[in-house]
Amino acid sequence: MPIDAFFEPLQYGFMQRSLAIAVLTGILCAVVGSYLMVQRLALLGDAISHSVLAGLAVAFILGVNIFVGAFIAGVLSTGAINLIRTRSPVKEDAAMGIVLSAFFALGITLITLVQKDNKIDLNHFLFGNILAVTGSDVRDTAIISVFILAVTVLLYKELHFYTFDKLGAQAVGLPVNLLDFGLTLAIALTIVASMKAVGVVLVLSMLITPPATAYLLVPRLHQMMVLGAAVGVVSSVSGMYLSYFYNLPSGPAIVLVASGLFLLALLFSPRHGLLTHPAGSQQPSPLLQEIKRLRK
Amino acid sequence: MDAMSSFSSSSFSAANPLLEVEHLSVFYRTVEALRDISLVIRPGRVTGAIGPNGAGKSTLIKAMLGLIPVAGAQITYGDRPLTNQLDRVAYVPQRSQVDLTYPATVWDVVMMGRVRQTGWFRRFSASSRQEARAALERVEMLDFCDRSISDLSGGQQQRVFLARSLAQHAEIFCFDEPFVGVDRKTEGILFNIFKALASEGKIVLVVNHDLGESITNFDDLILLNREVIAAGNRRIVLNDNNLTRAYGSRVNFFQEAA
Repeated sequence: MPIDAFFEPLQYGFMQRSLAIAVLTGILCAVVGSYLMVQRLALLGDAISHSVLAGLAVAFILGVNIFVGAFIAGVLSTGAINLIRTRSPVKEDAAMGIVLSAFFALGITLITLVQKDNKIDLNHFLFGNILAVTGSDVRDTAIISVFILAVTVLLYKELHFYTFDKLGAQAVGLPVNLLDFGLTLAIALTIVASMKAVGVVLVLSMLITPPATAYLLVPRLHQMMVLGAAVGVVSSVSGMYLSYFYNLPSGPAIVLVASGLFLLALLFSPRHGLLTHPAGSQQPSPLLQEIKRLRK
Repeated sequence: MDAMSSFSSSSFSAANPLLEVEHLSVFYRTVEALRDISLVIRPGRVTGAIGPNGAGKSTLIKAMLGLIPVAGAQITYGDRPLTNQLDRVAYVPQRSQVDLTYPATVWDVVMMGRVRQTGWFRRFSASSRQEARAALERVEMLDFCDRSISDLSGGQQQRVFLARSLAQHAEIFCFDEPFVGVDRKTEGILFNIFKALASEGKIVLVVNHDLGESITNFDDLILLNREVIAAGNRRIVLNDNNLTRAYGSRVNFFQEAA
């Protein structure tokens, strides 16, 4: 019976397309997200993904490919963040917060204005609608995935050095600014490619949660990418079925599965698990201690 | 030890190029971090850059290697600008500037020393792996090969970074505060390897802030405080007058080193 539940929906073309998207974005997000995570740039992923909405809206209004519009918006927002960060005393996290919310607000405004006339649904952009992907969506996502994964393999050792030790990499003459820009492009492309499955609000989870889950379990970057990809694929495929059987929005369903897997790793990881290494938790929390002291 | 360093300087300084810095200034926004630095770093000598906190010791290395923008300077190695020959440079940043929770093993980190030599789109060769193994052996860390760098002590981590620089087969070695938070054993290994590198005719520049007994391990010193207070042979640089000018007040140092 469960086997039927897995295969039966796949006789439909739309389910086959959804499955393809689920697998591709699961792998792609985990690989690119690993770089985001080790560079502590999770917030940058969030900023780019929210900014992408503005590009989508503009592309829709102008009638050009929404992938192109979203991509340009992602690059523009990163440029704006870097401009604020380097040319003013405002710090990076504040710059991200400002740019993220500005682009997001613009995107929501524009989509709200045009959604009635164009029969589009803001919710699908925000939270994904994996069951509604078209053949060209699958094609675009496949092209982006193959391209980014190939570049990652070809530049793996340089990116490894650069993301671990920027100064050291720069000192041996690696083009660190180019590598940095390339990573930003890869993040923007990945977000665009994953938008259909999880939407712009929740794509951050696909970028960060599977690599973070793997980070708790394995010690090396490439292992983190491979295991993270497995976690990502399991999450997105199960999320897709949850969406199909229970009529849930696909993004939240996928994210909830990924978060559940992270929780398991957090509790039971052999090296870092909260339950397998309860040593640190024997001290009463400092917050509680301070509250007790106040009551005296 | 002194006999050895004078031997190495006399036999190599003619053959190996000098590292020359002329009129180097660095500004952080409007603050002048380094003012008109001119100095010569000789091969075959272990050279220490010393001075108070904020003197610009780390900034000097970063500026020389082109890691931060400089306001006009000529930095040459041999007869060409150093920034055109960065493949000859091994730089070890302060440990605090590297994320030591990064998912990498000791082996991964040492192999990074072979990235530039390997070139784009290529896999590491068997000889690169051999270099890495030899470098790890030299710093007594080969047994830790498969360990996560986050599981190591500060001294062990520093030795792994030293091994990475050795694997590079560089001619110019720059170390930024390598002795911070390391154990005695590591300190000994570090100084022994610095001396060995110098005796091979390399340029060895070490940022340090300790004026204690360990300062006797340096052949030459650069005493900095935003500008060069004194530079050259340790025995000439180390005196009360120079140190007072650098630190703004009398400081204690290991008197026998002078």
